Amino acid sequence: MKKLKITLMSLVIAAMALTIQSCKTKLKDSDIQATIEKAISADGKLAGTAVAVKDGIATLTGQLADNSAVTYAVDAIGKLKGVKSVVNNLTVAPPPAPVVNADDATLTQGLADIFKDIPSVKSSIKDGKIVLVGEILKAKWAMIKQTLDKLKSKGYDLTGLKIK
Amino acid sequence: MALQEKYQEIVDAANASGVTDLQVREQDNVLYIDGTAPSGAVKDNLWQIYDKLDPNYLTGDLIMNINVTPSTTDSKATVVTEKSNLNVRKGPGTDQPIVGKAAHDATVTVISQTSELWWQVRTEDGVEGYCFAQYLKLQ
Repeated sequence: MKKLKITLMSLVIAAMALTIQSCKTKLKDSDIQATIEKAISADGKLAGTAVAVKDGIATLTGQLADNSAVTYAVDAIGKLKGVKSVVNNLTVAPPPAPVVNADDATLTQGLADIFKDIPSVKSSIKDGKIVLVGEILKAKWAMIKQTLDKLKSKGYDLTGLKIK
Repeated sequence: MALQEKYQEIVDAANASGVTDLQVREQDNVLYIDGTAPSGAVKDNLWQIYDKLDPNYLTGDLIMNINVTPSTTDSKATVVTEKSNLNVRKGPGTDQPIVGKAAHDATVTVISQTSELWWQVRTEDGVEGYCFAQYLKLQ
């Protein structure tokens, strides 16, 4: 009987201790907000995220680079002290405009201009890609590649090109 | 996004050296890097990194178009032909008539770089026309 009393007593004490503890950890919204904002400025992957906290619920807004960045932000901020839950209002930046490749006529004209004085290289176009066959000096090739890249082809087939 | 990883060093260097309008796009297994470099030296450095990552650029999986911001509206350029004169043409294209010549190593005034391949120039003799940009190096 005495043993049970002690057990009950200790339970009451434990319960009281728990109540006190939970009162202590109930953080103010402004403190939670400050913690989150500190985390955002410390982590480059969270850049662009804005936050508002009410009753421990963090609402995230802003534009991030992609979906994985959003997942990461929701997860990282959800783990911070005092955050009960996260409302995800983040958006993802639209993908960049696609590359506009040059048509064959433009490529043909460009190749004619570029290789006018370089008979050692034969140039042609296949499926929008520039095909080069022959040999060329390294210094000259370095210059020509820079010009070729301005043509915006769909790539290159350089397996037949030898750099001297 | 494997291509982007292969050439990440170029993108990092471009960001670190003040390249503006930087665009990195992957399309049909080709990576396109576009941007405007603040100087010719920055552009040269990016091309050196490219050559290091893909010797002689022979894989053909990167198309890098880095322009250089001209320092002034009327910037000067040196004619960097091997030894011959550079043709000055009436319009942009080798099918256009030749209106003048610029000597190897001569200086010309660049009037416009609107067309990336063909720059509009004025020679020391006062002739205006278009030269193939590959043979011009901004001073």
